[in-house]
Amino acid sequence: MSRLGMAIDTRKCVGCMDCVVACKTENNLPEGFDRDWITTEVSGSFPNLTMQIRTERCNHCSDTPCVSCCPTGASHIHDFGGVVLVDHDLCIGCKACVASCPYDARYIHPDGYADKCTFCIHRVENGEDPACVSVCPTYCMHFGDLDDPNSEVSKLVASRKSSVQHPAAGTKPNIFYLE
Amino acid sequence: MLNEITTSRSNHLIDPIFHVWGWEIPIYLFIGGIVAGMMIISGYSIMKGRITEPDCSCRILPRISFILLSIGMFALFLDLEYKIHFWRLYTTFEIKSPMSWGAWILLLVYPVLIANILMAPPEYLNKYIKNPGNLSKKFRENRFILNATSYGNIVLGLGLGVYTGVLLSSMVSRPLWNSSLLAVLFLISGLSAAAAFVHMIARNVVERETLARADNIFLSIELVVIFLFITGLLNSTEVQIKAAYLLLTGSYAVTFWVFVVGLGIIIPLLIQTRAVNHKVQHTAIAPVLVIMGGLILRFLIVEAGQYSHWLNAHF
Repeated sequence: MSRLGMAIDTRKCVGCMDCVVACKTENNLPEGFDRDWITTEVSGSFPNLTMQIRTERCNHCSDTPCVSCCPTGASHIHDFGGVVLVDHDLCIGCKACVASCPYDARYIHPDGYADKCTFCIHRVENGEDPACVSVCPTYCMHFGDLDDPNSEVSKLVASRKSSVQHPAAGTKPNIFYLE
Repeated sequence: MLNEITTSRSNHLIDPIFHVWGWEIPIYLFIGGIVAGMMIISGYSIMKGRITEPDCSCRILPRISFILLSIGMFALFLDLEYKIHFWRLYTTFEIKSPMSWGAWILLLVYPVLIANILMAPPEYLNKYIKNPGNLSKKFRENRFILNATSYGNIVLGLGLGVYTGVLLSSMVSRPLWNSSLLAVLFLISGLSAAAAFVHMIARNVVERETLARADNIFLSIELVVIFLFITGLLNSTEVQIKAAYLLLTGSYAVTFWVFVVGLGIIIPLLIQTRAVNHKVQHTAIAPVLVIMGGLILRFLIVEAGQYSHWLNAHF
């Protein structure tokens, strides 16, 4: 079984928000809601400051608190690539999954169900990249199978210094940030 | 050292401050806790053979529990964002989901409460049930129903009380909640609130004294559990230490120290200790303070827990 994930090059990301717009357009998201977003982190002491710009979304974790806590089975791990999805028809909008995500990657859609990034599974199953990856003008986002050592993402994660978000939360995220 | 995080995200209920659960969930957790306590007290009284005593609170508690639990369930229903799908809870059992466990526990609680009610049915049921006295006599004299109701009350009461805490403590995402002691805290707080309630309404003098003494023990244990809960957080990861300070010195400190620890536990404990030693008369002041303290505790934990976060920027 494959394990789909991303490697995001924070040295290349310029925060242009093309990925955000592409996601909203591709997935017809309601106004005011985002499945992906841009985060800018400035750290250090003046004048020795560093700034990292990165595009963020659901980490499609391998150890998924959002799936474990779901009382109806609406939150589930898809057979294809271990992508974490929500079955809108099963969701009751209890918000347990929203509260259980350390990354605040989920929200409640105005129609009442929990919503989040799907890695554009409808595109990926047809051999395409997710919309956000396909439009990135700096090619900072790389998508593929992390279980395949010959895939581009695996090679990047293996060869570059990288990190995941909140590793101490123990969720084993599948989005790696290249530094 | 500077660590400034800005985001383009502005999802409703998530940004800028995470707040997906409003008043409905703390109300539901409080009601679940106090009903759990009432069931345990009622089950224990039945076990001791007190159901035949006309002034035993175990004759009234299941009726109150039934009404309260229905109000709690309605609050939970109001919280759902996809209300017409609520029945989906009962089309599956998700073994890893505390909420699924809770949904099924709640479904089992009702038959036990109804059996308990039918052991001493209220007079207005005369209109609907033919010869209710005979029915209740059969219920009380049937050893199986008696034991099932007694142990069912205790076991399901414990399950319900613990579940209200596990619902939150299972979430690693909210550092304040992520302690297994939260289940113990909510259980003991529920028991304490239920004992305070019986102390307030009991018609039997011995029962009132007993429940006041029991409540003093529950309140003392609650203080110890709160101490251990905070100590556990303070000895954990950075985010949990910061979560503990939200209660100790942060924006929730006044609510925690004044309304939960002071007015909710210590003051009623002092009053009730004097009352059981016959230094002052039993009044409703201490029980009301205990019950209010339990309610405020649920609001505090739900609110502060949502505020606590893995992102340091939120503190």
